[in-house]
Amino acid sequence: MAYVHDAEKEALHQPHSFWSKYVWSQDHKVIAIQYSLIAIFAGIIALVLSAMMRMQIGFPGSLEFMDANTYYQAMTMHGMIMVIYLLTALFLGGFGNYMIPLMVGARDMVFPFVNMLSVWFYFLSVIILLASFFVPGGPTGAGWTLYPPQAITAGTPGMEWGIILMLVSLLVFIIAATMGGLNYVTTVIQARTYGMTLLRMPLTVWGIFMATILALLAFPALFVSGVMMLLDRTIGTSFFMPEMISMGQQTDYDGGSPILFQHLFWFFGHPEVYIVALPAFGMISDILSVHSRKKVFGYKMMVWAIVAIGVLSFIVWAHHMYVSGMNPYFGFFFATTTLIIAVPTAIKVYNWVLTLWKGDIHMTVPLLFAVAFIFTFLAGGLTGLFLGNVIVDIPLSDTYFVVAHFHMVMGVAPVLVVFGSIYHWFPKITGRMMNDKIGMWHFWITFLGTYAIYFPMHYLGILGMPRRYYDSTAYEFIPQSAHDLNAFITIAALIVGAAQVLFIYNMIHSAFKGKESGPNPWNAASLEWQTPQTPPVHGNWGEKLPVVHRWPYDYSVPGVKEDFVPQNVSEQELEANKVKL
Amino acid sequence: MALAIILVVLLIGSTIFQFVNPWSATPVASNWGSIDNIIVITSVITGIFFVGITLFVVYALVKFRHRGPSENGQHQASYEPDSKKLEWWLTGITTVGICALLAPGLVVYDDFVHVPEGATEVEVVGKQWMWSFRLPGEDGKLGHAKVKLIGMDNPFGLDPDDPNGQDDLLINTNVLHLPIDKPVKMVLRSLDVLHNFYVPQIRAKMDMVPGQVSYFWFTPTKEGRYEILCAEYCGVAHYNMKGHMIIDSAENYQAWLSEQPTFASSLVSGSDDGGVEQGRQLAESSGCFACHSIDGSKSLGPTWKGLFGKTEVLMDGTTVVADEAYLKESITDPNAKMVKDYAPVMVAYPLSDSQLDALVEYIKSTP
Repeated sequence: MAYVHDAEKEALHQPHSFWSKYVWSQDHKVIAIQYSLIAIFAGIIALVLSAMMRMQIGFPGSLEFMDANTYYQAMTMHGMIMVIYLLTALFLGGFGNYMIPLMVGARDMVFPFVNMLSVWFYFLSVIILLASFFVPGGPTGAGWTLYPPQAITAGTPGMEWGIILMLVSLLVFIIAATMGGLNYVTTVIQARTYGMTLLRMPLTVWGIFMATILALLAFPALFVSGVMMLLDRTIGTSFFMPEMISMGQQTDYDGGSPILFQHLFWFFGHPEVYIVALPAFGMISDILSVHSRKKVFGYKMMVWAIVAIGVLSFIVWAHHMYVSGMNPYFGFFFATTTLIIAVPTAIKVYNWVLTLWKGDIHMTVPLLFAVAFIFTFLAGGLTGLFLGNVIVDIPLSDTYFVVAHFHMVMGVAPVLVVFGSIYHWFPKITGRMMNDKIGMWHFWITFLGTYAIYFPMHYLGILGMPRRYYDSTAYEFIPQSAHDLNAFITIAALIVGAAQVLFIYNMIHSAFKGKESGPNPWNAASLEWQTPQTPPVHGNWGEKLPVVHRWPYDYSVPGVKEDFVPQNVSEQELEANKVKL
Repeated sequence: MALAIILVVLLIGSTIFQFVNPWSATPVASNWGSIDNIIVITSVITGIFFVGITLFVVYALVKFRHRGPSENGQHQASYEPDSKKLEWWLTGITTVGICALLAPGLVVYDDFVHVPEGATEVEVVGKQWMWSFRLPGEDGKLGHAKVKLIGMDNPFGLDPDDPNGQDDLLINTNVLHLPIDKPVKMVLRSLDVLHNFYVPQIRAKMDMVPGQVSYFWFTPTKEGRYEILCAEYCGVAHYNMKGHMIIDSAENYQAWLSEQPTFASSLVSGSDDGGVEQGRQLAESSGCFACHSIDGSKSLGPTWKGLFGKTEVLMDGTTVVADEAYLKESITDPNAKMVKDYAPVMVAYPLSDSQLDALVEYIKSTP
């Protein structure tokens, strides 16, 4: 940590002009907000797309313009935006950027200029992605997994330009994520302040740190497959393209393997699930601890669970491919590894629940979201045990059971963490509280609404209803009641979607007119709440870097007056503050 | 408090829903009822964890909710040390639960990957957006096939020099018959993009991948007519890639089987009907029927029934008579004159003049 000494000596250069402060800023906090705003903007587009899809599923033909092409385009863009451009960008680029330096006591990321490039590359990738809505043929409708050959052949919407822009956008995004990721990892390893040992880092940092390592190792697989598919599409190579016909005509492709793409995609795609989940795991641990005034139960086990999940996530990818036509004997191996990963995941759930046990639980909006996360993640995680067990996956794969499962476990659950975290850290970011009453409304509609959407959806999958169907009314084995259920789900989805206006309004309104929060409204112990200014200024810590004396979970320490001890309080200071009992 | 009550309500509601809902699985029609049993085991075990953990959260939320500022200077929350023992117990119980799911699952899966001796091979051929099938004929062997050999007169791409292929039965429609109680190995081949042969009542399914052959097996156990669906996204008419599988008694199956043409007979046939038959084959091999019906029903594109000579209203409100010139233009440049109320989803088919003639003859012949 030689870097820390240099960091302290460095003169604090404050940017002065509007441009250097808010646009080409190298301050990790401004970059975090830029990342978050772009991600939320992309997320709103994806939310609207999902509402359009749900209208078609619940009320077929109700939207004039919703033909099969448009439906598949909306489906593809919804999935890709939500997974990559919203969740990945928000957790790593948004929360990662904001939290890491503040939580480990650094002045900034170690490569601020690269950090700035990262956000602008991300912005560029979103622009390229959205541009595909305006090219001939429209955006790609290949499904978010972009499986070849279909992704680049006739018969799939957007095979003209949409797929090319999608791939280019992904490549640019990966460049952005790599520049950001190298920063986060290096900052955690090199720039922790005095006394901040690895096992004194909040679980938020552990989660983001491990997720970033996963991203750095997993994204290259997507990058190379993206390049190869671009070559297949543009200059006629055959990486993924076998001898085949297209629309009844012979093609020039020969010798490629569509399954190779699937292996590469899921070698990225499964760690991607944990790129989203691990930061969420970490953040929820911290929120639960702060709001139940109790240390995280089994901190070391939590750290090891994060590391174990991260490592295991690289050897489970083919559970997405049980019915892909790969050698069926792989199923034994991948079912076993997949179910093993359930053990560290279950440990995390137990430890969250045990953190509440014997606590002093304050029913704040962040805590509500945290408990809703546990419940939703539990439901989604358990249905994962169906799909991970290869033989059970065979009837359920490619049905609505899968759709319900992954929306619960990596859609709704992480989004609940995003909401909880924004309510929790908003006071540090803006110096103002978010409105509690609106927050409660937003919470109840979102939590109950999403459960109403996804819980019954599993049963459509058990019934055998296939996913990615523009229209399934013509199938006799699907009873009318299933279509009625789809109509109900659509109504629930529209209500949940509309309720997000409450959240957006709350954020904007509170940012300017919210009640002033002071530096540490939740009486939290971790370092980010101990900055000399709120919101923290450029350089974060003023003249001297903070010195850390303890871990971030000293809540309700017996014999201490306050029910929390900040990380930068020394034993001597604590002794002076002790009350006689 | 409100949260605790709501969680209990959700729990009770979900449990009732699990037992009383109209959306249960279709009645199983194959030997894979064993998969349903594993689903039941999984539901029970995961259900216990779901209810147990949630009730624990509910209890904690009620019992340890904040009760206002403390009076005696004691903190309400306890500062308890970690309990290694408890953690190891929980890890152990979870591991046992996981094994109880995995072990029976893998036993059934072992069954799934081992095709029984004597299973009849049936080839399923998928292409955008239709099914066709091939049976091995009397020698019990499927002949060699290759995409490069696919042509007008050889829609399956069979190798004419392979003796095993001569007696193969070619079923160039969406309907497959199978005899009851005989194990079948479904040999899956795709000619263009990924597909997936899926019959919900059979439970088993598998992707069809161009460039390779995949398989799965089952034994039909219930006579009846079942829908075949595509379960791997394969382009814009994916949802419309329908077929039927009919499980017959042994006698009915034999009767059906004897009517199917062999590859050898399809090579020598070729009656002169002005191209109608050639047009029909072309329509089939090009997947036209995924979007154009010949029985008048509505689909992605206009029906061909009675299309020739009909006056169509176009998008811009003008009208056009569907004559030969218009039909040919619509095949080679589908977006030039779009019929009202249809989406521009069709791709251009660069057919030769003689192919165009044959196809138009066929469209004419669908009254």
